[in-house]
Amino acid sequence: MEERRINVVVNGQPRSVDVEPRLLLAHFLREVLGLTGTHIGCDTTNCGACTVLVDGLPMKSCTMFAVMADGHEVMTVEGLGIPSELHPIQEGFREEHGLQCGFCTPGMMLASKALLDENPDPTEEDVRWALSGNLCRCTGYQNIVKSVLWAAEKLRSEARAVSR
Amino acid sequence: MYPSRFHYEAPRSLDEAFGVLQAYGDEAKVLAGGQSLIPLIKLRFSAPAVIVDINNIPGLDYHDEDTDGSLDIGALCRHRTLERSPLLRSRHPTMSRCAPLIADPMVRSRGTLVGSLCHADPQGDWASVMLALGGEIIARSARGERAIPVSQFVIGPFQNSLQVGEIAVRARVPAPRGTRSGTYLKLERRVGDFATVGVAVALETSGATINRAGIALTGVGSNNIQCTAAEQALAGKTLNPSTIEQAAALAAEAAQPKSDVRGSAEYKRHIVYTFVARALGNRQAMAA
Repeated sequence: MEERRINVVVNGQPRSVDVEPRLLLAHFLREVLGLTGTHIGCDTTNCGACTVLVDGLPMKSCTMFAVMADGHEVMTVEGLGIPSELHPIQEGFREEHGLQCGFCTPGMMLASKALLDENPDPTEEDVRWALSGNLCRCTGYQNIVKSVLWAAEKLRSEARAVSR
Repeated sequence: MYPSRFHYEAPRSLDEAFGVLQAYGDEAKVLAGGQSLIPLIKLRFSAPAVIVDINNIPGLDYHDEDTDGSLDIGALCRHRTLERSPLLRSRHPTMSRCAPLIADPMVRSRGTLVGSLCHADPQGDWASVMLALGGEIIARSARGERAIPVSQFVIGPFQNSLQVGEIAVRARVPAPRGTRSGTYLKLERRVGDFATVGVAVALETSGATINRAGIALTGVGSNNIQCTAAEQALAGKTLNPSTIEQAAALAAEAAQPKSDVRGSAEYKRHIVYTFVARALGNRQAMAA
């Protein structure tokens, strides 16, 4: 069985693992690293539930081989924040009721982070566009959009506080 | 494991890649963004014995204009880069209108224009744009380079004319004869869907006179369709209700739509007519 050594920084931690080239990044994160926050919601690259950030850009981890992440940085939802120290995006989804079953939520959060990293003051249309690759069957998206806008405001006010 | 087993190579230079491709012949498949190829491999519709990942080859992620006004897009230039490109927004309106409509933000982070042309999906948007612009693919191998017009590069559904040992290293849009205007209109059932109908329109004008017209269609044939009759009807003319109507009708005639879940053939043909007329009739929307 052919394996390759890959070196990936996952949520700030360097990981060095031998993997088969055909191993999908989503399976690597979930089954090899035990980071089950990344969800697999379809077989057809449609749903976006598996969205992670690779070098800060949002990508569908089900549509990458783990070997393609060799030499790169990956952020999963576990890297966003922890229960005692939530990221403002995670706070926003709590404050504005941005989830019901929660299955799409990690993907939504990371796609949102990519948006807010690039555009700290998005309009509602900007948010909907940035999340256009993430499907949700529960919420009808309205509260997801509110959650992201809440997080954007929180991040902006934190930035203002720091700059004083 | 969804995909079947394959041998994986990740060359760090084009020369290394050519060597690998020559060694494995038609058992090898080049991988760039993978946003079309990997879904096929996961479903085992495609099961290449060897994957040659070119993402580690430097010098392929660029797009820029030459002094002669032609535009080069490197093999690793991602849709996302083109979507955000000030150069495209200011000088290449057909391309800049198309880029945001490719799939969704995550696919655009990885997928490439050149890869899209190589994959030759009949539902691919970029091929229509490149046909309308008279674009070409530059293929390189250990033996040298050759330029292949897109109309001769895509030879059937999911079939391109690359030979064993060749890699498409860039796409090229020739310099315009005049001022560029144009747009890409895409009807889709929802964001990220394939086009029900896509229409690429590209004009090169001197004043009001059209020097060159390009019109090409997505999703209404076994491959992207170039509407040569409509293009020829516009060449040398100006845009007025009569020439617009004629071009739209000729484009609709050139379409070969099939009835399916996205709509009936008649509906799709009507959309072709509507989109061509709408594009040509809206000078503001077409301006760079």
